[in-house]
Amino acid sequence: MNIVVLVKQVPDSGADRNLRPDDNTVDRGSANNVINEMDEYAIEEALKIKEAHGGEVTILTMGPDRATESIRKALSMGPDKAVHVVDDALHGSCAVATSKVLAAALGQLNADLVICGAESTDGRVQVMPHMIAERLGVAALTGARKLTVDGSTLTAERQTEEGYEVVTASTPAVVSVWDTINEPRYPSFKGIMAAKKKPVQTLSLGDLGVAPAEVGLDGATSAVLEHTKRPPRSGGEKITDEGEGGVKLVEFLATEKFV
Amino acid sequence: MSEVLVVVEATKEFGVKKVTLEMLTLARELGTPSAVVLGGAGAAEALSAKLGEYGAEKIYAAEGEEIDGYLVAPKATVVAELVKRVQPVAVLLASSQEGKEIAARLAVKLDNGILTDVVALAADGTATQVAFAGSTIVKSKVTKGLPLVTVRPNSLNPTPAAATPAVEQLAVSVTDADKLAKVVERVAEQKGSRPELTEASIVVSGGRGVGNADNFKLVEELADLLGGAVGASRAAVDSGFYPHQFQVGQTGKTVSPQLYVALGISGAIQHRAGMQTSKTIVAVNKDGEAPIFELADYGVVGDLFKIVPQAAEEIRKRK
Repeated sequence: MNIVVLVKQVPDSGADRNLRPDDNTVDRGSANNVINEMDEYAIEEALKIKEAHGGEVTILTMGPDRATESIRKALSMGPDKAVHVVDDALHGSCAVATSKVLAAALGQLNADLVICGAESTDGRVQVMPHMIAERLGVAALTGARKLTVDGSTLTAERQTEEGYEVVTASTPAVVSVWDTINEPRYPSFKGIMAAKKKPVQTLSLGDLGVAPAEVGLDGATSAVLEHTKRPPRSGGEKITDEGEGGVKLVEFLATEKFV
Repeated sequence: MSEVLVVVEATKEFGVKKVTLEMLTLARELGTPSAVVLGGAGAAEALSAKLGEYGAEKIYAAEGEEIDGYLVAPKATVVAELVKRVQPVAVLLASSQEGKEIAARLAVKLDNGILTDVVALAADGTATQVAFAGSTIVKSKVTKGLPLVTVRPNSLNPTPAAATPAVEQLAVSVTDADKLAKVVERVAEQKGSRPELTEASIVVSGGRGVGNADNFKLVEELADLLGGAVGASRAAVDSGFYPHQFQVGQTGKTVSPQLYVALGISGAIQHRAGMQTSKTIVAVNKDGEAPIFELADYGVVGDLFKIVPQAAEEIRKRK
């Protein structure tokens, strides 16, 4: 099975994150940039499917030059090769344009299965899998917490607010996964060394037949007008329980009219 | 006035979800609300009274196996056709998994911008979003097409405004391409009468400090006494104390209730990302240095196994 995993480089969600004051895009320059955490689960799932059914795993990333670090990190987990869509004109692209670019790249890769994280930790927009599936005219099984592959039939358990749904589709398809689906492996030393030699193909907008005017800040379908930092919360009263902590807690809730 | 389409979210158990009422309330500020019901046979009939109570002047209904038996694609096709026909001034969906997914396909079908997790929307289309785990407030706008936005639950207070909606059944003509992902089974896991986590006014969450799955009864008891929902930190979910759909945080649900009670939760960034826009935060933790106390309006340092039962007893006394 020919599997493509979408990997996005994002600012570390464990640190302070900002939008740039000049063009209101995500400040990636001053951030510690890492693989979007949910994508590691997508890579793991792809590797497991390859191990069970054979095939090839390709990483597909759209991002600036520095995304190379995340691509090598992804490859060190075990995928075979990577494709990096990189073009200065892509800076500031909206979700709609991003899906256009990724769909164009996927069109050249002939994937049977596209796996991605359910959302990225920077935007948390959660729209990419369905946008790509809509453009490619293939099935989307999203929010999977379990995935079974049987020949060309895919069956996923999808978490819902009431419980879960069992959904099924045939390949080609896009599957997105939550962090409950598996436990991603750590790259081995051998994997890290091997990743340095794995092929990484770069594609420009020209290679994909997408016009620069359709992407980037100029081609965006939405715009950030302004942004402000929310004042940080400050702690209120803190008491130490000396036998009456529970009662005092309820007294506080009562003054706030919750009890 | 022009129509505003509100794509209805509802559950079999609770009917119209609160976020739908919030969207109808918001839609009244922008134009004339029309509710769009997408579901199984008879779905609109069951929901029409409630939708009318909150100002839906019209209900468009697309019902049946063709809509309900597949993942979101048929729903997006129906809404896209409706948008082309009635030319609304805005389309509002819930910022839930399904709402965002329908919106995603709509954006591609209509070549239209999309804004998600919107907490306020002005008449000129300017949306307010909370980004980066609640640390940044963003004003944004769709610049291509109509405002296509998903609204985060608990963003505003729903207020009734009675209307008598006429129901229009939509002809459902979905293509084979919309039927590629088939729903073969729906399994309900969430039992009981607790409110849904993202919509609850009060959320009581447990963390690693709760110790084990059995002890989560304490968290549930306090939640039930307060009429709230139960949440859990990632550490608690990863340890198997509580199911994943109740996880609050960066890789779980984002909640913004009136009251958030954190029991045995240290308050790592991962968790804060999902709850720090809550109005009032209360924390109980044995470690007085835990970062959760930096957020808490009221904190109790001590043993939650003593403090929580005592609090529960005190609430019972006061009832």
